[in-house]
Amino acid sequence: MSQAGFHEFFLAHGWPWFGDALWMLLTAIAVIVFVLVTVLFLVWLERKVSADLQSRVGPNRTGGRFGLAQTAADALKLLMKEDLIPECADKWVFILAPFLVFVPALMVYLVVPFSNTLFVKDLNLGVLFVIAVSALPVIGLLMAGWSSNNKYSVLGAMRAAAQALSYEIPLVLAMVCVVVAAGSLRVGDIVGSQLHYHWFITRPPLILAFVIYFIAALAEVNRVPFDLPEAESELVAGYFVEYSGMRFAFFFLAEFAHLFFVAAFATALFLGAWEGPGLWPWVWFLLKTYAVIIVIMWIRWTVPRLRIDQVMSFAWKLLVPASLLAVMLTGLAAVYGKL
Amino acid sequence: MQKHSVFTEHVTLNMGPQHPSTHGVLRLELDLEGEVVLECRPVIGYLHRGVEKIGEARTYPQFLPYTDRLDYLSSASNNGAYVQAVEKLLGLEVPERAKYLRVIALELNRIASHLIFLATFANDLAATTLFLYAVRERETVMDLFESWVGARLTQSTMRIGGVMADLPEGFIAKANAFCRLLPQRLNEYDRLFTRNRIFEVRTRGVGILPPEIALDYACSGPTVRGSGVSYDVRRAAPYEVYDRLDFDVVTFSSCDCLARYLVRVGELRQSVRILEQCLEQLPEGDYCAKTPRVLKPPAGEAYGRVESPRGEFGCYVVSDGGTNPLRVRLRAPSFFHMAVLPQMLKGWKIGDVVAILGSIDIVLGEIDR
Repeated sequence: MSQAGFHEFFLAHGWPWFGDALWMLLTAIAVIVFVLVTVLFLVWLERKVSADLQSRVGPNRTGGRFGLAQTAADALKLLMKEDLIPECADKWVFILAPFLVFVPALMVYLVVPFSNTLFVKDLNLGVLFVIAVSALPVIGLLMAGWSSNNKYSVLGAMRAAAQALSYEIPLVLAMVCVVVAAGSLRVGDIVGSQLHYHWFITRPPLILAFVIYFIAALAEVNRVPFDLPEAESELVAGYFVEYSGMRFAFFFLAEFAHLFFVAAFATALFLGAWEGPGLWPWVWFLLKTYAVIIVIMWIRWTVPRLRIDQVMSFAWKLLVPASLLAVMLTGLAAVYGKL
Repeated sequence: MQKHSVFTEHVTLNMGPQHPSTHGVLRLELDLEGEVVLECRPVIGYLHRGVEKIGEARTYPQFLPYTDRLDYLSSASNNGAYVQAVEKLLGLEVPERAKYLRVIALELNRIASHLIFLATFANDLAATTLFLYAVRERETVMDLFESWVGARLTQSTMRIGGVMADLPEGFIAKANAFCRLLPQRLNEYDRLFTRNRIFEVRTRGVGILPPEIALDYACSGPTVRGSGVSYDVRRAAPYEVYDRLDFDVVTFSSCDCLARYLVRVGELRQSVRILEQCLEQLPEGDYCAKTPRVLKPPAGEAYGRVESPRGEFGCYVVSDGGTNPLRVRLRAPSFFHMAVLPQMLKGWKIGDVVAILGSIDIVLGEIDR
C-alpha cells in the first residue's frame, strides 16, 4: 500500500490526517531499521575486509563461524555502558551534538532510489535536499568538539569542519554535472535518464565527475587518506574523544550510515542505480552500492593518511578547479548534444 | 609588536603519557598555534626503575636479565654491551662459535626491532595494514628465539663468556628460510608503502635533522645515518666478528623522515646478508667459555659498546674486585635522540609530530632506565 492508499483508506473513515501520520511513522521506522541493520552489517564487513587484506581472520566466534553477531554484541555492550558526561563539558551542547550528526545522516535516505518502486519519496529537488542536509552534521561535529572541553576534540572538530566544508564544494559540483546531464534535480529523473545502460559513468565528461565525487565522498565520510578529524595516531579519536557508550555509538552509526549513503548515491547518480539484468532491481542497487563500499574500505586499509594542509591544498588547488572543469565540460557536452 | 584584531593565545597540548603514538609512556608538552608546533618539551621518567642502581646490588650474572628490559625491542644488543664490558674486566676470551652465535642473536634482534619500527611508523601514518604485515614477519624471528633460548621478547640470549645455549636442531634451516623470505616481503612492502605517493609527501623533507646538529647532540644509529653521516659501531669499532663480515653501512643524506625510514629498510636487507654469512661460516666449538661459579673481576673499569637498532648502546662497568659492580652506567641512544627532538619538531604540524617521533624510533625502556 502506498501513501495515497493510506490517505484514501482513512479518508473513507473521516481521519485523513491519521493515514498520513501512520504512513510517516511506518516509513520512518522502516528507514531507521534498514539503516541500523545496514550499519551492523557494514561494521562486520569492514572487519572482515580489513582482516582479509591484513592476512588475519577477523571476528570468528560470536554468532557462528563468521562472527556475524560480533557487531550486535558490540552494540549491546555500548548500550549497557555508563552514560558519562565530563564534568567540564558544556552539558546540553554535549548531549545535543550526537543527534545533530545522526539525524541528517538518516534524513538523506529519504531520496535513495532502492528500486524503481522502492523509495521513500522522490522529491523534485532531491539532489538539492541531499546537498543541504548532508552539510548539517558539520554543526554537530563542531558542537561535539567544542562542548567536550578537550584540546584534542577541538582540534578534531576544527579539522572536521575545515575538511567537510572544503570537500563539500567539489562534491556538490560533481553532483551538478549529473544534474546538468539529466536536466533535473529529481533523483528519479536522474536514474531515468541513465536507463537502457546509458549510465553516467560511461559518458566521458561525467567520468571526471565520478572520480571527483568519489574522492570528495571519501573525505566527507572521513576515511583514510582523509581521516584527519579522527586521526587515531594523532588526535586519539578527534571530536568524539570524550564520548562513550551510546552517545559514541551515535557518531559511529552516523559515520557508517553516511558511508552507505555516499556509496548508494554514487550508484544512483553514476552507476545506473537499480538497473541490471536478471535480478530484482533492489538487489542490483545493493550489489552496486556494496561494490563501491568495498572499494572505499580497500582504500582505507591500503594507504596512509595525509596531513591537514595537504588535504586542504588538494581540495582547493586540485579538486575544486577539476570539478569546475568537469561542470564546464558537461555543460558544453549538454549544449552540443554530445552527452 | 604587531597588534592583532583578534585575541589569540597558544594552546599547550599534553601529548601523552597516554597517547597511541608516543611509543610508550612519553609525554610531549606541545605549544601549538593552531596545528603548528611552536615549542616541544619532552617529559620523561614515567618508566624509571633505577636499573643502574639495581646493577650495584646484583652480582655480575644476575644483572644480565635486567639489561633485557632496557631497549626491550632488541634485548640482545643490551646484553651484548653489558657482557662486552664485563668480559673486558675479566679478560675473558669468548669462543669463536659463541661470537658468531652472538652476531646471529644481534642481527635477528635488529631485524625484529626494525620490523617493529616499520610497523609502528606505518601505523602512525595510518597505514594499518603494513603494521600487521611487519608484525607477522617479526613473529618468525620471535619463534626462532623461542626455539633457541625459550623466550621471545626479553631473551637474555647472552651470558658472560658466550651465549645461553647452542642452536637447536633445525634452527639454521629455519633461519635460512627466513633470510630468503624477508627480502621478498620487503619488496612487497616497498610496493605497498615506500613507493606510495601519500607516504612520500608525508615524509619527504619532514623533520630535517642537519648532520652538524645530529653530531652535536651525539645522535647515532639510523638517526645519524639518515643525516648522511656514515657512522656505525659495527664498522667504527668492530666487536664480536663484525670485522670479518661483509655488509654495507646504509646512509641517506636527505636528513628527513624518509631518509631515516629508508636507512632502516636498507639495514633490514644488510642484516639478512650478515645473518646468511654467519649461518654459513658458523664454526664448531663451545657456545660458552668456562667461567668460575663466582665472578670477581679485578678492580678496574670497562666500556662495552654495540650498535643497537637505535644507535650506539654503551655500558660502562666499574669493578672494585667484589661480586657486584661498583657502578653500572648505561648509554641509551634513544635518550640523545629524545634530546634533539624539540629542534626537529619546531614549525611542523601535529600530524608531523607523530611521523618525526616515529622516525627516530625511541624506546622508553632505555630512556627511563
